[in-house]
Amino acid sequence: MAFPTLIRNLCRHKSVAVSLVVIVTVVCLAVLAPWVAPHDPNMQYFEGLTMEGAPLPPNEKFLLGTDLLGRDLLSRLIYGAQTSLIIGVVANGIAIFIGTLVGVCAGFLRGWTGAVLMRLTDLMMAFPALLLAIALAAILQPSIWIVALVIAMVNWVQVARVVYSETIAIASREFIAVERTLGASSFRILFSHLLPHLLPTILVWATLGISTTVLLEATLSFLGVGVQPPTPSWGNIIFESQTYFTSAVWLVLFPGLSIVLLALSFNLVGDALRDELDPSLKGRG
Amino acid sequence: MPIYLLRRLGYAVLILLGVSFITYLLLYMIPADPARQLAGRSATADTVANIRAQLGLDLPFYQQYFNYLTNLLQGDLGRSYIQRTEVSTLIMSRLRPTIELMAWGISFELIIGVSLGMLAALKRNTAIDRFLMALSFVGVSSPHFIASMLFLYLFAVNLDWFPLGGYGEFQHVLLPALTLGLLGSGWYSRMVRSSMIEVLQQDYIRTARAKGLTRARVLFRHVLPNAIIPVIPMIGIDIGIFIGGLVVVESVFGWPGLGQLAWQAIQRVDIPVIVGVTMVSAVAIVIANLIADLLVPLADPRIALDKS
Amino acid sequence: MKTMLIHSLLATAIASLLIPASALAAEPKPGGDIIVTYQNDVATLDPAIGYDWQNWSMIKSLFDGLMDYNPGTTELVLDLAQSYELSDDGKTYTFKLREGVEFHNGREMKAGDVKYSLERTANPETQSPGAGFFSPILGYDAVSAGDTDELEGVTVIDDYTVAIELTAPNATFLHVMGLNFASIVPSEAVAEYGKDFGKNPVGTGAYELTDWTLGRHLIFSKNLDYFKPSVPYIDSITFEVGQEPMVALQRLERGDVDIAGDGIPPAKFLQFKNEAQFDSLMVVGDQLHTGYLTLNVTIPPLDNLKVRQAINMAINKDRIVRIINGRATPANQPLPPAMPGYDKNYEGYPFDPEQAKALLAEAGYGEGFETELFVMSTDPQPRIAQAMQQDLLNIGIKAEIRSLAQANVIAAGGAQNQAPMVWSGGMAWIADFPDPANFWGPILGCEGAVPGGWNWAWYCNEKLDAMGDKADAMVAEDQQEERAALWGKIFTDAMADAPWVPIFNEQRFTVRSERMAGDESLYVDPVHVPVNYDYIWVK
Repeated sequence: MAFPTLIRNLCRHKSVAVSLVVIVTVVCLAVLAPWVAPHDPNMQYFEGLTMEGAPLPPNEKFLLGTDLLGRDLLSRLIYGAQTSLIIGVVANGIAIFIGTLVGVCAGFLRGWTGAVLMRLTDLMMAFPALLLAIALAAILQPSIWIVALVIAMVNWVQVARVVYSETIAIASREFIAVERTLGASSFRILFSHLLPHLLPTILVWATLGISTTVLLEATLSFLGVGVQPPTPSWGNIIFESQTYFTSAVWLVLFPGLSIVLLALSFNLVGDALRDELDPSLKGRG
Repeated sequence: MPIYLLRRLGYAVLILLGVSFITYLLLYMIPADPARQLAGRSATADTVANIRAQLGLDLPFYQQYFNYLTNLLQGDLGRSYIQRTEVSTLIMSRLRPTIELMAWGISFELIIGVSLGMLAALKRNTAIDRFLMALSFVGVSSPHFIASMLFLYLFAVNLDWFPLGGYGEFQHVLLPALTLGLLGSGWYSRMVRSSMIEVLQQDYIRTARAKGLTRARVLFRHVLPNAIIPVIPMIGIDIGIFIGGLVVVESVFGWPGLGQLAWQAIQRVDIPVIVGVTMVSAVAIVIANLIADLLVPLADPRIALDKS
Repeated sequence: MKTMLIHSLLATAIASLLIPASALAAEPKPGGDIIVTYQNDVATLDPAIGYDWQNWSMIKSLFDGLMDYNPGTTELVLDLAQSYELSDDGKTYTFKLREGVEFHNGREMKAGDVKYSLERTANPETQSPGAGFFSPILGYDAVSAGDTDELEGVTVIDDYTVAIELTAPNATFLHVMGLNFASIVPSEAVAEYGKDFGKNPVGTGAYELTDWTLGRHLIFSKNLDYFKPSVPYIDSITFEVGQEPMVALQRLERGDVDIAGDGIPPAKFLQFKNEAQFDSLMVVGDQLHTGYLTLNVTIPPLDNLKVRQAINMAINKDRIVRIINGRATPANQPLPPAMPGYDKNYEGYPFDPEQAKALLAEAGYGEGFETELFVMSTDPQPRIAQAMQQDLLNIGIKAEIRSLAQANVIAAGGAQNQAPMVWSGGMAWIADFPDPANFWGPILGCEGAVPGGWNWAWYCNEKLDAMGDKADAMVAEDQQEERAALWGKIFTDAMADAPWVPIFNEQRFTVRSERMAGDESLYVDPVHVPVNYDYIWVK
């Protein structure tokens, strides 16, 4: 269905409309960060800490308060949006790419290749995702790209499974059989028939995937194996401040809310997309 | 049935083998040298070399892996680099608290998820429905560490309703289990809701009502059992994610389980323990999936067993 | 440490003039059961293996060695040895042991046990991280190479006399005999438990282990047959593990916990300091610790002396101390103030970014350069590293931070061309024993500048090494002052080469509940780190 119609249908639900607004806002903040952020996110201000070295609560100069090094929290949150979104898009993109590749090959080619590929996904699913991510991050000396890669490695499996069952369902329909008898090459069938039908599924999972990615990145940063300082990410702001939870709540509250809000928005939009694009997908895991 | 079971078991073993290989390979690639770690900071090069030889770390990778496998099959998971205790002992001592927490956590997930999903389906498209679904979304959108810290601070520190973490009687497991349950219930409540809506529209339900059965009876004897079917395979998939949540929740609440052990081991690059815990988790996931796969056709005879 | 003791003695003397006599006589009361919390599981209680700050003092309470230290101080005293004689050539120590000292299993400790224990630690099969400390003993090389199990230099003369011969006079030897690695263990218990001796320790110490539930708690009970009369005072100590530090503190405030083993998390620290009722629960003490930034002298452009000096002048140490809420004092030299040999008059490099920039320009790096700064990923180390990063940026140096797990940072530092700069926080260096030699060899001496070594600056100055050897050969009592001065000079001479930027000396903060008593220095004991369980008591 056409894009404008899609958006209009989605916005029928208020919650989805609000989520779309949130997503667009965050994207804008991330892109316009250098202009929107009131301070340099890495600037450690001398007056950003009390004389004893404690962070400042929200005040005139630092609208959301300062962090433990005297840096402006608001600016760090805005730049943190960049980190979350970059990782979200990159990690998700890679996950979708690999997952679709594996799922389509397994579903289309069937037979031996298919079985092996599906066993591979079973293998990956047997790993507790978090442990795998932590181990990988420990080996690969984290940077923003490595973190994205690690998350992708953990997330592609879900996509592969869904794409696999979708591919089988589509490939078994009559019109594909007709095309084959007409002599169309597999390649053509793949591109002109299969992929367009898979697009809704991929889109839904892309959206839902960003939410998982945001959460996983936050957890990895919280455990100390996420993006390297001083690059701000919502997760590592909380990581640095966790023991100050009781005395400097703003350092955990604002990034925490941001994480939940963004993940929530992507979840709502993804779910609504699923309802709109393919009602038969409703209720599937 | 037996052939299917055998085949599935065969796959399970293959998968576990694959997990052990990949885990061992990954940890082999970590730059930190365990011999140096054990030898400590004032060790001479000789001591380090001796320790390395004793641990078999100077052997090529495939030989180390082979040794590990043969030991594994005899139940010997090696010794922790940091604690020098047998890994199997460490895992056994923490197995019970983790199983307790998992059992309660998943129970809460299901209780909360199923009841909220049911409620939402019965009251669909009303404000209650929308509220409940929004709640479930917030649940799955929250990272475990934030919720854990929040609940601990709010309910244990401020309100004093629960003890401050740790292990002991029932009240100690309540808060961490509820945290896990509340966060994980979102998937289940949404699934149950849509599944129930589908079932409610079926002919046989209308027939049952027409026959004069009470609402409650229809609900609990006909609707619910059918609606829950899709939930069963989900539990299998959920376990993998659940274990990840365990690592965080156990650390925040000071729960002496496998998650806490895994986290401490990862911090100190205690490779035998990391491999051991990963293997145990993998076994749990594989078994859970196997059981779930076997239960589904039992619950719904329409679904054929061999659906590769 | 000595100054602190003198100060507290003075303070007590003055206070005693103001306080009525009845309240003064705070005589230690025997009895009481206390609870100590830790976050991590205790690794091991095997004295030959245990080498982390958590189990160090626990092992000291379960075991004894030939030498020990006065409680709360760094003064060496005799422990299981009743007396010793040093031969004229300075190479042989003959110890006379106390009689009637019993192990926890009832058997009397004899000289044969001393020989057994030392050989056990030196034996590579034990995998002891402290084996290297025994290298001065004659015959160590043969044992270390695996040729023999016996240390040639250790001779049992009779049941209560043992002689230890060194390859050369060594002024640190008595300190080594006071290390946990030299604790005396009974061979039959080691034989019985094998590799699990660490979970079933048997020693001669003031406490014995009566219960260990993995992942939950350990219980130490008073050794009723301890050879020192009247100590320990406390009946039992329960170490609860798996406790988050913040939660542990909450419980301490309520009186459920007596000592928070992991100390005070930074957030609570300010709250504690500023509230009178909590301030009294906190004890501050000096540690034999220095936190430093290593500059790898083999990686350009850090191989240029002017560059290293510039970096020394660029770091604002006061700001860093402020960031950690004042829990340390800025340092200008490698040795901590409590260590003999510390030079009070040494001024070090001043904080002067302008001059730093000038020096960089002189060295040909007026435009600055890019480099990497390795740091351990546990809070607050990454924060400290970021503060340093900003200071370096101010003089044009762009340092990318690599925040990794501790073991990975150590591995990077120990490889010659991997880590240009390493912030030692959370990893190094606290002295193993209160002697300046311990601050040299592994971290600034040529012996540490090897793959896998802890000399992450890869600094090797043979002239200074030779001076160190000369200092360690001064074993006579009357030479000790001269020796300390010589060591002091070695370190300040090294600073001229600027292989490090000494940043701060961390202080130790212990929190104890209201009912805990005993001299404050016992709670920040520089040797029985952090708490000397043998001498504290309950009100």
